[in-house]
Amino acid sequence: MAQEQKQPRKASEVDESVETAPESDVAERKEALDSDIDDILDEIDDVLETNAEDFVKSFIQKGGE
Amino acid sequence: MSVRRVMGTEVEYGIAVQGQPLANPMVASSQVVNAYASATLKARRARWDFEEESPLRDARGFDMSRQVADPSQLTDEDMGLANVILTNGARLYVDHAHPEYSTPEVTTPLDVVRWEKAGELVMLDASRRAGQLPNGAPIVLYKNNTDNKGASYGAHENYLMRRSTPFGDIVRHLTPFFVSRQVFCGAGRMGIGQDGRTHAYQISQRADFFEVEVGLETTLKRPIINTRDEPHADPEKYRRLHVIIGDANLSEVASYLKVGTTSLVLAMIEDRFLTTDLTVEGPVAGLRAISHDPTLRQTVTLTDGRELTGIQLQLEYLDLARKYVEDRYGADADPQTVDVLERWESVLDRLERDPMLCARELDWVAKLKLIEQYRQRDGLAWDDAKLQLIDYQYSDIRPEKGLYHRLAAGGRMDRLLDDAAIETAMHEPPEDTRAYFRGRCLEQYAAHVAAASWDSVIFDLPGRESLQRVPTIDPLRGSKAHVGELLDRSETAEELFTALTR
Repeated sequence: MAQEQKQPRKASEVDESVETAPESDVAERKEALDSDIDDILDEIDDVLETNAEDFVKSFIQKGGE
Repeated sequence: MSVRRVMGTEVEYGIAVQGQPLANPMVASSQVVNAYASATLKARRARWDFEEESPLRDARGFDMSRQVADPSQLTDEDMGLANVILTNGARLYVDHAHPEYSTPEVTTPLDVVRWEKAGELVMLDASRRAGQLPNGAPIVLYKNNTDNKGASYGAHENYLMRRSTPFGDIVRHLTPFFVSRQVFCGAGRMGIGQDGRTHAYQISQRADFFEVEVGLETTLKRPIINTRDEPHADPEKYRRLHVIIGDANLSEVASYLKVGTTSLVLAMIEDRFLTTDLTVEGPVAGLRAISHDPTLRQTVTLTDGRELTGIQLQLEYLDLARKYVEDRYGADADPQTVDVLERWESVLDRLERDPMLCARELDWVAKLKLIEQYRQRDGLAWDDAKLQLIDYQYSDIRPEKGLYHRLAAGGRMDRLLDDAAIETAMHEPPEDTRAYFRGRCLEQYAAHVAAASWDSVIFDLPGRESLQRVPTIDPLRGSKAHVGELLDRSETAEELFTALTR
């Protein structure tokens, strides 16, 4: 996940610091989040069955229980 | 009681022979079970003992006649299908057209997760071995509940309950709970309707397959509350509540919460703690409506007139459970009971704010998140086959292919157990139930165990003409504390049997 800056702060300041996070931090975080999404989708692209339509058609089960 | 009780699960796996969509699933399932049996079982293979099975016994107090029963309900007839008992006390077998694994009896929600997860590894090992047979094609197993073309197969839970609890109380208090617990233990499904004709996402794999409120069937007209009553224990003291409404979970947290919260609600019913009536008008329709709305805003109407969402209905149970545990145990509540309550509250709270906050813990959210990400990146329409593929492949049990497994391997799913603990449970039984006795007998004396079941181990002893049956009717006897030392010092089955019957 995003690498957050860890600076020593008093407990009482923590809430405030989250609320007033500068714009650039938010943008940075969103960028990190987007790249995280890309990473996972790239990884899953590599393992997904290649022909989705054929696979879906052929996945037929009998009832059970 | 608390979250602790004698319980276990049974999971039927979807099965596919790669490159052969028309392969006979019964044959393939038998190959899976037999491949595991041949590779792992020593000496002879113990049969399943059907003597105590009574699948047509109804909890409402009558037996269905065999003539009117659907053939699929006659599960006690040994049809020669593969069926083995493992050294961890579990049962691996073929049920209709699916390989199935029943956990050994355990006493805590975390142990349910542990031995159910061990079952996934058993199935993985079994399917790989079956694929290596001469002329064998690769077989892939799926821990899901529907093919999205009209067929469904189960993931059942079993809870031992006091016989003295009126069945009507169970129906009254458990139905609203079952209608709503899917908000955290649904496995997610791409497709609405039994055959998936509407291309939309829903919370539960199973909701669309339930048609009545109470009944004995499991394969047709499925009921929210199943009345099968085979306690596999003293029927004067116990009933076994057979729960068929759940989804098969991959997520450890979802699985743990499913069993833990249900056990806790059953404890409140047994102790007559529930006096609030949360009865839902039209529970079957309500079950489906809640499942069909992943935004979780759908409400159901209670008979007292209130309109509650699935989360709000769960919050009612959570509130009662907190009061119950405080009232009965106070600060002495056991750690798992406390943990279940905390996680239950935390998950409901976050679901209410934004379901995506639970993507690391809940199957239906993790799956929906993937689907949404694909839609966003590739601009896919809801009817795109790729989204359906993601649904199926989420439940592929192969670690290199299954999407749940890829998420977990990347640290994107929260875990409760480490891999080593689960691998150990593939072979070792739980120590605090009769499964310990069963498992160790199979481990030590396989050549002389002719058959076994939940409530017996049958020995074939050298020099004795007839088979010797050791009943294990009490699920809490036969534990390590009871028989561990005896098993340690009995080198042969004969020694063990002599000591037991002295």
